[in-house]
Amino acid sequence: MNFSEVFKQSNHLCKVSPDGKYLATCVQYRLVVRDLSTLQILQLYTCLDQVSHMEWSSDSLFILCAMYKRGLVQVWSLEQPDWHCKIDEGSIGLVSSRWSPDGRHILNTTEFHLRITVWSLCTKAVSYIKYPKACQKGIDFSRDGCYMALAERRDCKDYVSIFVCDDWHLLRHFETETQDLAGLEWSPNGCVLAVWDSCLEYKVLLYSLDGRLLSTYSAYEWSLGVKSVSWSPSSQFLAIGSYDEKVRILNHITWKKIVQFEHPATIDNTKAIVYKEVDRRPAVVSDELSLHNITMGSTLFSTQSKYEICPLPVQIPVVKPEPDRANPKIGVSVLAFSSDSRYLATKNGSFQVQSLNWHCSGDSVILLGKDQLCLCYMDTDYEEK
Amino acid sequence: MGEWRATNAYMEGPDISSISHVTLSPSRHNHVPGYSLPLSRSSYSVISAFCTEDNVPQSISYLNQELAVLGLSMCIEASSSEGASLKAVPVLNAMYELLQINKRNMCALEEMEKEQLKKLSTLEHIQISNSRLKDQLELSMREKSGLHETERQLQLKIKTLQSCLKTEKEEVQKLQSIIASRASQYSHDAKRKEREAAKLKERLSQLLVDRKERKLAIDVLNSLGRSDGKRSMWKTAKLSASHESEMYKTLLGDYETSRKALILENAELKKVLQQMKKEMMHILAPRQQSTSGATAADDSQEQVESDEEKAGNTSREALDHSCELAREQLLNSIRQQWRKLRNHVEKLDQVSQVHNQMESNKETIPLETHEDEMERMRQEVQQCREFIHAQQQLLQQQLNTSFDDETAALLNDCYTLEEKERLKEEWKLFEEQKKNFEKERKNFTEAAIRLGREKMSFEEDRAAWLKNHFLNATPFANRRRYSSSDGQSALSVRSEPEVRMSSAKAKRSKSPTYTTFSTPKPSRSSPVPSTTELYRTLRLLPDGSCSKHSNRGHWLETSTVEEGHPQIKSNLQARAGEMSIFTFGEDHSVT
Repeated sequence: MNFSEVFKQSNHLCKVSPDGKYLATCVQYRLVVRDLSTLQILQLYTCLDQVSHMEWSSDSLFILCAMYKRGLVQVWSLEQPDWHCKIDEGSIGLVSSRWSPDGRHILNTTEFHLRITVWSLCTKAVSYIKYPKACQKGIDFSRDGCYMALAERRDCKDYVSIFVCDDWHLLRHFETETQDLAGLEWSPNGCVLAVWDSCLEYKVLLYSLDGRLLSTYSAYEWSLGVKSVSWSPSSQFLAIGSYDEKVRILNHITWKKIVQFEHPATIDNTKAIVYKEVDRRPAVVSDELSLHNITMGSTLFSTQSKYEICPLPVQIPVVKPEPDRANPKIGVSVLAFSSDSRYLATKNGSFQVQSLNWHCSGDSVILLGKDQLCLCYMDTDYEEK
Repeated sequence: MGEWRATNAYMEGPDISSISHVTLSPSRHNHVPGYSLPLSRSSYSVISAFCTEDNVPQSISYLNQELAVLGLSMCIEASSSEGASLKAVPVLNAMYELLQINKRNMCALEEMEKEQLKKLSTLEHIQISNSRLKDQLELSMREKSGLHETERQLQLKIKTLQSCLKTEKEEVQKLQSIIASRASQYSHDAKRKEREAAKLKERLSQLLVDRKERKLAIDVLNSLGRSDGKRSMWKTAKLSASHESEMYKTLLGDYETSRKALILENAELKKVLQQMKKEMMHILAPRQQSTSGATAADDSQEQVESDEEKAGNTSREALDHSCELAREQLLNSIRQQWRKLRNHVEKLDQVSQVHNQMESNKETIPLETHEDEMERMRQEVQQCREFIHAQQQLLQQQLNTSFDDETAALLNDCYTLEEKERLKEEWKLFEEQKKNFEKERKNFTEAAIRLGREKMSFEEDRAAWLKNHFLNATPFANRRRYSSSDGQSALSVRSEPEVRMSSAKAKRSKSPTYTTFSTPKPSRSSPVPSTTELYRTLRLLPDGSCSKHSNRGHWLETSTVEEGHPQIKSNLQARAGEMSIFTFGEDHSVT
C-alpha cells in the first residue's frame, strides 16, 4: 500500500466527491479542492469562519461549508468559482446543515432543534418544518432521493413525517408507537422505514412508505435495547445490534427474527478464524480482537506487523463498563453489511473501532480506528459472522 | 420325687408303671389331696406283694436299710426270731416318721406345684407381652421407615426450594442491575434535558436583552437551475395527487418484485418437496418388498396406499400447483412418507441392535475366521509376490548374464530340459495317433474297396433284376413286388440297423434325433471332410454327374434304386462314425 504525502485538515473534514474525481479538505477556514488522481489543488475557497461541517452535493458541483458558531452556511461552486451563496440563519442559530438529495436545497437545523429551515438554491424560497426531534438519527433520505423521513415530537408523542423531496410536500404524517424515538432509516429499496426506540426499550417498528405499520419487533424487555440498526443492501435483512451483545437479523417477508448472532467472550466455534496481530516491536502493546476485527499496526508508516491465526478457544479481553454510568460501552455498536448481503461485520464492546466499511465489490472491509486502519480481504470460501 | 422313682424302679409289678405315671406326670389342675388315695391303694397292694410270711426278716432288713437311707435312726425289729410279728413301737415310730416325711414331701410338692403354676402363668403373661411388644416393634419400625420416607421427600423439597430460591435471587439481582442501568440512563437524559432547558432559558434571556434580531437571509449570486432541469411547479392538488400516485407506484413495484421472488421460491421448494417425496417412496417401496413375510400384509397395504397416493397425487398435482388442496395433499403425503421412513429406520435400528446383542458372540467368530482368511490370503499374496519377484530376478539374470557359451548352453539345456521331455512325450503321442490314423485309413481303403466290389456286384444284381422284371412283366407283378419288396425290406432292414447305428453315431456327435427314414441332419455342423474327395478321386463314390443322385435324399421312396446308395452311404457313415467324420457333402442337403 502506498501512501501520499500528508495534507492538513481540521475537524476531520476531508471528503471525496460523489463522482470520485475530487477531494475536498477544510483547513480552519479554508476549503481546498484537489484533483483526486493528481492531488493538485484545483480550487481554494475562503470561508468567513472556521468550518464546522463540509459536504459535497450529490452531483459533485457544489460544496457546503457550515459554520455553526456563526450560524452561517456558505456554498461554493466548482464549475464557477465566482459563484457564491451565503445563508445566514440569524439569531436562531445553527446546529446542523445538510444537502438535500437533489443538490439544490439545504436543510438547516436550528439551535435547540426548534425548526428545520429548507433553503432552495433554485428559487431562494424558504420553508420551515416544525418540531423536529433531536435524536440519534432524526432525518433520513431514501436512497433514490425521492423521500425524506423526519422524526418529530409534539406533546410528548413521536411522529414521523414523510416529505417528497421534489417540492417538500408533506406526503404522510403519522404517530409512532415508540416511547422515545431514537432513529429511523429507510430500506435501500425505499419502501420500508425502520424506526427504533431509545435504549431504554427494545422496540423496532417497520412502517411502509404510505405510513402503515407493517410490523413490530421486540426481543426482550427491561434491559437496555437497540444500539445500532442496519439494512442489508438488498433490503432483505434488517440487522439490529443491541446492548446484550447480540445481533438479530429480521427478514423482509415476515419481519421475524431469522437468526441471532452472539459475541461471546470466549470463542470456540470451530468455524471461526481468529486473527491476532503480533507486533514486531515489543515496546508497543497490541490489542487483540476477535474474528475478522483485527487491530492495526502501531503507525501507518512504520514496521509491518504480522497477523497470525490463533488456535481456538480464544479469550477476548473484556472490559466491564461501570454499571452506574449512562450509555455503557457494551453492545454491538457498528454493523455493516457487505454489498452482496452475504457478510455482516459487527463491532461489539469497547474496542477502538470507529467504523467498518465494505468495498462495493463485497470482499474486503476496512476498519477504521482512532489512529489506525486495517484492510481486511476475505476469502469467499469462509463463513464469517 | 427322685426317691420315689428309685424305690419304684426296684419293684417289679404291674402297678409300677401306674405309680410312676402318677408321680412323673405333672398334673396341673389335679387336686392334690386326691393324690394320696390312689397311692395308698396301690401301695397297699404293693406292700402285700412285697412282704410275705416267708421273707419277713429280709423284708425287715430291707426296710431297715431303707429307713437308714432316709435318715431315720429307728429300726424295725422282729419281736421274735420267727414268725411275722414285729415290735410295735419302732414300727409305729418308723411309720410315724415316714408319714411325717410324706407330709413334708406333699407340702413341698404342693408348694412346688403352686410355684410351677405361678411360673406358668408368668410365662404365659410374658409370652403375651412379648408378642404384643413384637407387634409394637413392627409397627414402630414401619412408622420409622415411613418417617424416613417423608424426611427424604422433605429433603428433596428443600433442595428444590433452595434452587428456586437461588434462581429467584439471581433474577432479582439481574432486575436490580437493569433497574440501576435504567435509572442511570434516565438521570443522564434528565440532566441533558435540564442543561438544554437551561441553555434555552439563557438564550431567551439573552435575546430578550439584546433585541437585536438578525434576520435570516440568503444571499445568492444567482439562482441555480434545478438538478433535473425541470421547472418547479406550483403546489396544487393535482401535484399532491401525482405525488400520492408516485408513492403508491413505487410501493406496488416493490410488492410485485417481492411477490415474484416468493413465487419462484415457492416453485423451487415445491419441486424439492416433490422430489423428496418420490425418493422417499422409492426408498420405502423396494425395502418393503424385501422384508420378511411376517410384515408382508402391512407392507402390501402400505404399498397399495402409496401407489394410490402416487396415482392420486400425480393426477392432482398436474392440474394446479397453486391450489390449496394440492399443496396440503403434497405436504400430508410428504409427512406420511417421512413418518414411514422414520419408523422403518427406527425398526432397522432396533433390529440391528437386537441383532448385535444376540449375535455378539457369533459375530466374533466369523470376524475371527474372516480375519484368519484375510491373513491367509495376505500370506498367499506375499508368497506369490515373492515367487514372481524370484522369477523376475531369474529372468533378469538370464537376460543379463553374459556367460561363456558352454555354461550358457548348459543353462539353456537345463531350462529347456523339461520342455524337451514334454515335447518328446507329445511326439510319442503324435506318433501313436499317426499310426492309428494310418491303420484306420487302411481300414477305410479296404472298406472302400470292399464297398466298391459289393457295389459292382449289386449293380450286376440290379441289372439282372431289371432284366428279369422287363422280361417278366406280368399281371402278377404284385407278388413279385412283394417278394422284391421283401428283398427290399430285407435290404432296408439291413440298412436300418446301420442307419440306426449311424444315427446313434450321429447322435453321439451331437446331432438331433431323427426317425429311421428321415435324413440325418448333422451335416450342417460338420466340416467338409477331405475323405470324400479322396473317395471321389478314387471313384468309389459316384459323382454328382450321375442322375440317380438327385433323388438320394428321399428315403421314403420305395424304389430300390435309392436304397442302394443310402446303404453304401450308411456303411460309409458307419465307418466314418468311428472316426467321427461325416461323409456328407453338399449333395446331401436335407429337404
